[in-house]
Amino acid sequence: MDSNLFFNVTTFAYFTAMVIYIAFVVTRSSAVAVLAKLVAVGGFLANTLALGLRWYESYQLLGGDGRAPLTNLYESVVFFAWSILLIYLLVDWKYKQPAMGAFVIPFAFFGMIWAQFGLSASIDPLVPALQSNWLTYHVITCFLGYAAFAVACGVSIMYLIKVGKEEKAENSPIGGILGVFPSARVLDDINYRAIMIGFPLLTLGIITGAAWANYAWGTYWSWDPKETWSLIVWFIYAAFLHARFTRGWVGRRAAWLSIIGFAATIFCYLGVNLVLSGLHSYGGS
Amino acid sequence: MNTKKTTFVDSVWDFFCSLKLTILILLLLSVTSIIGTVIQQGGSAEEYIREYGQSNYELFTKLQFTDMYHSWWFVGLLGLFSVNLICCSIKNFPRAWKFVVSPQLIASDATFKNSANKGEFSTKESIASLLPRLNATIKSHFAKPVETKADGAVHLFAQGGIYSRFGAYMTHLSILVIMVGAMVGTVWGYKAYVNIVEGTSISQVWPRGGETPIELGFSVRCDDFDVVYYAGTQRPKTYSSELVVLDGGKEVLKKKIEVNHPLSYKGITFYQSSYGPAGTGTFELEVTDNQTGEKVQVTTAQGKKNQLARGFSFSVDDFTPNYDRFGPAARLHVDAPDGTHRTPFVIMQNFPQFDARRGGDFSFALKGYNQPQYTGLQVAKDPGVWVVWTGCFMMVFGSMGAFFFSHRRLWVRLREEKGKTLVQVAANAHRNQAAFAMRFEDLIKQIETTIENKA
Ligand code: HEM
Repeated sequence: MDSNLFFNVTTFAYFTAMVIYIAFVVTRSSAVAVLAKLVAVGGFLANTLALGLRWYESYQLLGGDGRAPLTNLYESVVFFAWSILLIYLLVDWKYKQPAMGAFVIPFAFFGMIWAQFGLSASIDPLVPALQSNWLTYHVITCFLGYAAFAVACGVSIMYLIKVGKEEKAENSPIGGILGVFPSARVLDDINYRAIMIGFPLLTLGIITGAAWANYAWGTYWSWDPKETWSLIVWFIYAAFLHARFTRGWVGRRAAWLSIIGFAATIFCYLGVNLVLSGLHSYGGS
Repeated sequence: MNTKKTTFVDSVWDFFCSLKLTILILLLLSVTSIIGTVIQQGGSAEEYIREYGQSNYELFTKLQFTDMYHSWWFVGLLGLFSVNLICCSIKNFPRAWKFVVSPQLIASDATFKNSANKGEFSTKESIASLLPRLNATIKSHFAKPVETKADGAVHLFAQGGIYSRFGAYMTHLSILVIMVGAMVGTVWGYKAYVNIVEGTSISQVWPRGGETPIELGFSVRCDDFDVVYYAGTQRPKTYSSELVVLDGGKEVLKKKIEVNHPLSYKGITFYQSSYGPAGTGTFELEVTDNQTGEKVQVTTAQGKKNQLARGFSFSVDDFTPNYDRFGPAARLHVDAPDGTHRTPFVIMQNFPQFDARRGGDFSFALKGYNQPQYTGLQVAKDPGVWVVWTGCFMMVFGSMGAFFFSHRRLWVRLREEKGKTLVQVAANAHRNQAAFAMRFEDLIKQIETTIENKA
């Protein structure tokens, strides 16, 4: 029994859950929705177990130098998938809208498949700079925040699909595939709630990152591309929330801002390392 | 004339107060911030010219793109952001403060009629007999009510979570506090670096990008620098320096610092950051005279000529810490008494017997190599950092207060009409209405069971 086996189970479960959720949207059968939820919960448990096992394995492999599995790209991606499921299941528990699964679980699935096939899963000892408890607090808060934004993005996509149809249909109920979507008003509300959860978490993520930087080298903010992009994401969601307070920006514009916000989030997470660092012949960070 | 002037001032004021401006600035900040992540910041002129060409470089310097986060326009945007924040708070704070100093103790007919959360009961019990129980119920299930008698009716008012009205103000203030903290750090603090060779001490550090050194007012000695590797690998596990702070000639503080474990003294903090070789190392060698079997210990430096018996001499030409995975090794050559330069050869620290097989006049064993190191430290003084952390705490608590809590108010009116008592209830929350509605359902049930002898 090793963590890899359970990560494989997780990937497979998220794939299956995604397919069943899509089947639910098509069939509109509540039994299918229950099955999808069961598989998603099963995947989440496997994901949890796999992370726990990997934690344990790091102590077996490295002795006293073992650590929480939150230290490299592979580990962050599988933790991201776990966070997405966590936030998704919480939102689902509150709103009970299974159609959301078809738009949120894919983020977790694509993360897992990329981690499994594209990233190195080796457990290596940490370089001195990463040996800090701040790393753990920083990663947990950031990724829970990112996960809430992923849910908001999935819901916003649903909103944009739904709202046009709703407007055309005026007052008659919408049938067909879109019939199982929550109403545009509910989707808009979930979008807002998810961002309201994600924003304070992102704030904490930025603060713990700054605290760590200050503790490690005496500068809490140095405008490096990663820090700057996290601030860009923060600005976008702050704009979203304030636009909301005026009641002006609900609906379409809010949904677009949420999608742009999540795109910026993903760029902050991956693009900065994969795109920006290759941009300069003299090597950025 | 006068009115015209006021309207102008008013419209300027409204402009700085407006939430539209806030959103515009937030979006402008996010878009412009991208520039500095795409164009390397603080590079040299040659680098930019090589990468982007001369004319683009001139444009960059004009627009201050090479240090954009300190450019006049970016700092100006941040300034506008602060002004917006301050104006908006000045404008809206009194309204929030009114909830504290003059709570609305009596609700209107319209409130009882239109509130989303309401209830109405009628009982044969008198107000005097019902009131104590009703007060107790509201106190234990919501908050302690305030009683007012007016218009021939008794009014109860209870509220909770009023602090959440101030969450946004606390958050907004926190942003200003963080900016002040950052400015304090810029004006009264510095970032510097210093290299200390093992066994020596320093009392000055070098500011980043500056020429004149800064006097610390005390000195710091490095007794030892050490790199520890993970067992069986070349991966560094820890970099550490044994530092001693000397103030007024006395040792006042001793600490082994590592990455993520700095040393602080008198507001100045030393961070382990780099290391490197300092000066030439010394070799410990054992030389065996193969004619007599006599062994001598020699301590020498690279390139130095060492006399041996019978007019021979040798010197160390080169050293490597890792010779083809065999560990530390040195290259030597021997000079014969007639001055001829003999073929150089390699000796390895991990194989001390190896050189005997070469079969020369002398054989050599490398006992040790001692390379003095310097430790590279970042030095930071930032008297504003506590202001920044205070701002961060305010931001976290403020935004939690603003998002996850709400100001909840409850009004009850008791009025005697035709021998019966009419009890009217209304309540509202300024945020998270859905959650409050559920809470209100519970509360209204409690109130209902409190009221006996319903009519
Ligand atoms: C963590 C960040 C922030 C949070 C949680 C936050 C929260 C809030 C809240 C809850 C309100 C509504 C106030 C009310 O209706 O009583 C508000 C309004 C406002 N916020 Fe923020 N804010 C944040 C950051 C900012 C920033 C960075 C600015 C930048 C200038 C800003 C400017 C404003 C302005 C101008 C209003 C207008 C209020 C009005 O017109 O009544 N806020 N904010």
